Amino acid sequence: MTLLNPNPVFRALADPTRRAIFQQLSRHGEQTVHGLTRHAGVSQPAVSKHLTVLKRAKLVCHRRDGRETHYRAQPEALAPMIDWLNLYGAFWRDQFDRLEGLLGRMDS
Amino acid sequence: MSNPVEGPRALVVERVFPHPPQKLWRALTDGSLLAQWLLNNDFEPVVGRRFQFRREPMPNWNGVIDCEVFVVEPLKELSYSWVAMGLETVVRWTLTPADGGTHLRMEQSGFAPGREANYKGAKYGWQSFFNALEGTLASFN
Repeated sequence: MTLLNPNPVFRALADPTRRAIFQQLSRHGEQTVHGLTRHAGVSQPAVSKHLTVLKRAKLVCHRRDGRETHYRAQPEALAPMIDWLNLYGAFWRDQFDRLEGLLGRMDS
Repeated sequence: MSNPVEGPRALVVERVFPHPPQKLWRALTDGSLLAQWLLNNDFEPVVGRRFQFRREPMPNWNGVIDCEVFVVEPLKELSYSWVAMGLETVVRWTLTPADGGTHLRMEQSGFAPGREANYKGAKYGWQSFFNALEGTLASFN
């Protein structure tokens, strides 16, 4: 498996407002900037700016419908980040170490 | 428009332990032993049993992992769901006799992406993200 560069995705999601926007789109489907602004707690221009960053990372795509632009999450864009994180699998490896220790202490 | 991801994604950790499968099985299925190396729990190796693993609560998470036992095949396979922060994965343990011990494989998987439109894809993305992230964060504790 080729590892794609995860930097754009990490950068895009490093911001809590952008994470909240992405999460909102992931959970509730396609929305307009107006709809997103209601939940975001920041101004509409700020939401638009965040959407641009998310679009650059391919985490969000849009389609025009008349005068409205609808935004949609593209969760598959998370893949490079997931791959990167999976390389580490740190939680489970730590637990495996602990299991090894326990097995050594157990009666057979 | 979208970039389909090839194949389902899963986190796999495996290791050969110089111990017989019986011993590993006990460590995996005896709740008090399990608590000593994995997490506090009320696990019982009974298919359909709902149980919880408990971690230290974090700012946005009570630390509870809700699980349900799916497969109990003594000395061979154990699997249960692993639901944390509303995000669902499956943890599957397989034991295989190996030279001088037992090969233990842990696979934590979510849904295959792109199988059913975006809803599942979205769910999948966040599951994997949080699980992997949680694992990574756990290493800094």
